[in-house]
Amino acid sequence: MKDNAARENLGVLRLRRGIAYLVLLFLTFLSLFAFYILFINATRSHPDIQKGFSFFPGASLGANFTNLMHNANLPVLSGLMNSLLVASLSAVFATYFSTMTAFGIHAYRFRLNQAAFSCILMVMMVPTQVTALGFVRLMASMGFKDSFIPLTVPAIASPVVFFFMIQYMKSSLPLEVIEAARIDGAGEFYAFNRIVLPMMKPAIAVQAIFTFVSSWNNYFLPALILDSKKKLTMPILIAQLRSADFMKFDMGQVYLLIALAIFPVVIVYLCLSKFIVRGVALGSVKG
Amino acid sequence: MPGTTLTKPEASSSQQYPASNGANKKTKGVSYSKWGYFFIAPFFLAFAVFSLVPLISTFYNSFFENYWVGLTQVGPRFVGLQNYSTLFSDGDLAAYAGNTAIIWLMGFLPQIIFSLLLAVWFTDLRLHLRAAGFFKTVIYLPNLIMAAAFSMLFFTLFSDSGPVNSILLSMGMESPYRFLANVWSTRGLVALMNFLMWYGNTTILLMAAILGIDTALFEAAEIDGATAFESFRKITLPLIRPILVYVLITSLIGGIQMFDVPQILTNGNGNPNRTSLTLVMYLNKHLFSENVGMAGAVSVLLFVVSAVLSVIVYFSIREKKQPKGGAGK
Amino acid sequence: MKSFQKATAALLASLMLVSSAGCGSNTTPASSAAPAGSSAPAANTDSAKTLRIYGWNTEFQDRFNTYFKDAGKLPEGINVEWVITPNENNAYQNKLDADLKAQDSAADKIDIFLIEADYALKYVDSDYTLDVKGDVGLTDDDLKDQYQYTKDIATDSNGKLKAVSWQATPGLFAYRRSIAKDILGSDDPAKVQQALSDWDKFNAVAKTAADKGYKMLSGYDDSYRTFANNITSPWVDANDTIHIDPIMMKWVDQTKEFTDKNYNNKTSLWAPEWGADQGPNGKVFGFFYSTWGINFTLLGNSLATPVAEGGKAEVGNGVYGDYAVCQGPANYYWGGSWICGAKGSDNVDLVRDVMKTLTCDAATMKKITEDTEDFTNNQTAMGELAKSDYKSAFLGGQNHIALFAEAAPKINMKNISKYDQGMTEEFQKAFKDYFDGNVTKDQALDNFYKAIIEKYPNLKRAS
Repeated sequence: MKDNAARENLGVLRLRRGIAYLVLLFLTFLSLFAFYILFINATRSHPDIQKGFSFFPGASLGANFTNLMHNANLPVLSGLMNSLLVASLSAVFATYFSTMTAFGIHAYRFRLNQAAFSCILMVMMVPTQVTALGFVRLMASMGFKDSFIPLTVPAIASPVVFFFMIQYMKSSLPLEVIEAARIDGAGEFYAFNRIVLPMMKPAIAVQAIFTFVSSWNNYFLPALILDSKKKLTMPILIAQLRSADFMKFDMGQVYLLIALAIFPVVIVYLCLSKFIVRGVALGSVKG
Repeated sequence: MPGTTLTKPEASSSQQYPASNGANKKTKGVSYSKWGYFFIAPFFLAFAVFSLVPLISTFYNSFFENYWVGLTQVGPRFVGLQNYSTLFSDGDLAAYAGNTAIIWLMGFLPQIIFSLLLAVWFTDLRLHLRAAGFFKTVIYLPNLIMAAAFSMLFFTLFSDSGPVNSILLSMGMESPYRFLANVWSTRGLVALMNFLMWYGNTTILLMAAILGIDTALFEAAEIDGATAFESFRKITLPLIRPILVYVLITSLIGGIQMFDVPQILTNGNGNPNRTSLTLVMYLNKHLFSENVGMAGAVSVLLFVVSAVLSVIVYFSIREKKQPKGGAGK
Repeated sequence: MKSFQKATAALLASLMLVSSAGCGSNTTPASSAAPAGSSAPAANTDSAKTLRIYGWNTEFQDRFNTYFKDAGKLPEGINVEWVITPNENNAYQNKLDADLKAQDSAADKIDIFLIEADYALKYVDSDYTLDVKGDVGLTDDDLKDQYQYTKDIATDSNGKLKAVSWQATPGLFAYRRSIAKDILGSDDPAKVQQALSDWDKFNAVAKTAADKGYKMLSGYDDSYRTFANNITSPWVDANDTIHIDPIMMKWVDQTKEFTDKNYNNKTSLWAPEWGADQGPNGKVFGFFYSTWGINFTLLGNSLATPVAEGGKAEVGNGVYGDYAVCQGPANYYWGGSWICGAKGSDNVDLVRDVMKTLTCDAATMKKITEDTEDFTNNQTAMGELAKSDYKSAFLGGQNHIALFAEAAPKINMKNISKYDQGMTEEFQKAFKDYFDGNVTKDQALDNFYKAIIEKYPNLKRAS
């Protein structure tokens, strides 16, 4: 009987597979096209780019790279390190503490449970643009100018990550696990760190990517907070190249720098995307 | 409400965890409930320090005339609801809200459709797509480019003498199509970029949700002879509902706060004739003069609109409560 | 699983690293805040040893390093600290404003900051800038060689000079010699100038050019500054009412006419197709460009093979040598940066030395021009170069410095206001819709008023 059904479905399956590949190829084209142009432009010189578009690489990759590396005002290496540090810390803070908060609200019925949940959802709806200037002033008065603290620590309160975690817990975290742990004599935080966190790995990996990327690409706040050259992050460096003076204004370098800025994110993404799959494959309680 | 009872749709309430009845929970909850405060403390502490002050001041400021002309401050002067009445009397706010809604929908509809399709395909063991790893990687990539850079690229691509136009010309069009000088092509481009930047993100979220489903359910359905669509509708969809709610609400909020892409594509102006000017771009215009009064009023409105929409979405799409929460099973 | 634990461990390690780094950076402001908190006028020793300079790019930094620091004029023990914030999203002004407002309590005082002409008055007409003569100590004699318009722009409503510039940026009309021969019968700058000396003639040539298959200009905004620099009254009057000068509507009408009659290519400043119009395949007669634009931007765009790819900046590569410049129908300038001394600076003497060396010293300024081809703000030095046998190969052997030197004194910037940056941006944006045919002229005007009052809520539309 199983064989029969499989045979009947084989044709349908082939068709579905064909459609799937077509759609995927189309989306792949759309998604990679921007990258292709980015890398093409990174190999072209500024006047060449000014003259219009090309599908073929230029010959200026080396020149762009040399110019970029010899720009004393453009600490690319430390920029990458700073961005990496800020983005990683944001990702760790956001995912760890949001999971913790979500667990607190999901697993315990304390009196302010509802109020806390509603309050966090309300925070999510405040447009970030308007509080930015007030935030910068507040940070300055707290003595946090030119420091990474205002760029990382606030990630502890990430309502969007929290909301995802609680939704994920609803579908994939049975509370019986905690009860089982309690019976085994585990403390609450031990149970959270050793049992809940591993079960939340796929969700954590997903949100870690998202937080990492948005922090990596953030320009507006770091530009207002950071002063000293050795603390600048990648988006500020890119913006600096774009507003370079007329003698040095060079879109070739801008594109190359954007390309360089994307590489580490792609690598982080590749690592984590493997992990999402593996994390699930390893199996949680359900497996 | 969230997190208190484990309301699972029927399909998943298999025998593995039958004990999710309220009575059991309550007795356990009493002795441990205080722990909840410890778990949520860091979040609220960080929130109080870094967000609450700016948030309260936003509300507070919306009742004042307070802006800078160059380096001279005007105000702060209490004006009551005058900022709000200015907003509404202009009559343009509705238009900007309309722009935002239209552009968001134009991007979100394809986004959710394609993401669902892809997530199902990637997780469908029977379909067994080759190179799935490659595709999974590729779809998320556009999100890695800074919105500003992505927008810049599109600006070049669709400019009057850009590659898209040169292809159109070589296909026999007489004169270049001026994408950014026409209403619907401009909106379409913003929507396309939003789609490209976020469909991978949504796909991953939905994949994570689907991967969280017990595979035994799919196997059982397959043995029962269910088609792919049937098992999607009967198993996948109900079980990923919480994540779908999440996707919808966050995308809605993201849509209401849409800014970077149209800002850079249209040089901050929302041209042509302000038809691609979104609400936050409008808000941003007030930030030039640090007009915290008007900007505050716009934010409060945005806040109210987001809140109302989210509550509606949350309650209308949330899993329907089974009578006495599936415990009767 | 293991890799995740490793990753978490690494992240936690880096977390500790930053928290300790955070502590380290915290101690510095805390310790130096103490003497500042005492609010005594006595100079904060740390801050007095640091020359803190704010800018949006490195142009001034290069000038400073080459002609001040490396020239041995920086006193020993002084540490120069550059705070460079790119202009994107108005970030530079946001940051500068925030720090200027906090200047009194800051441990590290801003000493110098840079401004651009379009928003110069915002700072010049404020209490945050030092009077160049009264506070900083430059004399009229020091300043006598600077072009008048560069001083007009930086003079506040009380007549006090608040900023100085090392460069002057008069604009000219750069045209293609080959196209000039085709439509005017001559490429001689004097003859071309005769044919373009006022707007009526300019429009007539545009028609001839179009008839022969050329475009007179490339984009909508190409001629904007030649009109906007010649307004007869400021954009905003004493009662905060906006006045659109009739000459601005002339720009609108001319550009609309050019667009409708295909005299231009509908491009935008800095767009790729605008750059392409300046290259070998361009069909555009000419471009309004000021000093810096000709030797750098236009030259780069004119080459067929870019320098970075082995092309040489010489005749034969693209349209190198096919350009020439003439005065054009109106006097204008485009660009330039000004140096301000910040109120509360604890290095006023040093600020004076910097200003004097870089903006008043004829020898230094002549050297800057010789080294970098930047047109400097010194009438004597530029006059000497104008009379020399200087020839630009790019411009087919023309001495354009002579034309610049002639044009710069004629620029009249008495009618600037602190709203000019916003006016320029919003006026161009609003009327682009009109040129594109999306809105009527009245709608474009409405949109302009709407946008400008969003930017400057204190302004009113004239009734």
